[in-house]
Amino acid sequence: MDLIIFLICSVIAVACGINLVLQKHPISAALSLVGVMGSLAVLYLLLGGAFIAAAQIIVYAGAVMVLFIFVIMLLNAGAEPAGRKRSYARLFGPPLLAIFVLLIAYAIQARLPRSEGVQFGRFTGGSPEGIGIKVFTDYLLPFEVVSVLILIAILGAIVLAHKEIR
Amino acid sequence: MSVQANSVPLSWYLLLSAILFALGVAGFIWRRNIITVFMSIELMLNAVNLSFVAFSYQLRQADGHIFSLFVMVVAAAEAAVGLAIILTVFKNRQTLEIDEVESMKY
Repeated sequence: MDLIIFLICSVIAVACGINLVLQKHPISAALSLVGVMGSLAVLYLLLGGAFIAAAQIIVYAGAVMVLFIFVIMLLNAGAEPAGRKRSYARLFGPPLLAIFVLLIAYAIQARLPRSEGVQFGRFTGGSPEGIGIKVFTDYLLPFEVVSVLILIAILGAIVLAHKEIR
Repeated sequence: MSVQANSVPLSWYLLLSAILFALGVAGFIWRRNIITVFMSIELMLNAVNLSFVAFSYQLRQADGHIFSLFVMVVAAAEAAVGLAIILTVFKNRQTLEIDEVESMKY
């Protein structure tokens, strides 16, 4: 069952990634990226990261991508004009690259020691309790620094978007 | 690699992360619209997040999840500031193609 879910979600993620690279209009690319983030959230759930899966949906797919779509609609970004001439590299490049990547992946995997597979439910440290214990004891300083970073980002965005009232 | 119906080899997660990262790099280099370039950066960050969480599973520690959480936060902050910069560039130049913002070329 885990294998089926993994294969479905990984096919969706790769297909949406290829769609992001190939689409002409930025809004279609943004929706493909939302598809990638959704399928990655399911993969995080399979890996035992319940908190990270929820944070991915809430923060990434729910806030960052909505911000992207707002900006695309605000700027009225149109489709990219087509302008490249045909070349043999575009025709033969991607399939050869895919074969190359698969060969290297198989060669590396054949040399690695066998590790146990990923099963849903075998790792329970990614729950909010586990993340909370780690964040507030071992990683407290990075947590506080990151909150200052967000504050600086907010200030920067406000300064950039500020309009002088004369 | 042992493949049963209810366990996935960890290397498959890493291979998926590598493929998504390569797609992000391809989009970053190839596309000309600045917003699509930004979205390719987000795709790269997502691929790295998957790699972090996969290794966190293998080591049976939650530290990879913490790294992934911080990557998410930094990506959100970067998206906010970067999109504000894009808005300012568009207000000054009325274009979103990265080839046309070239006034600093000699």
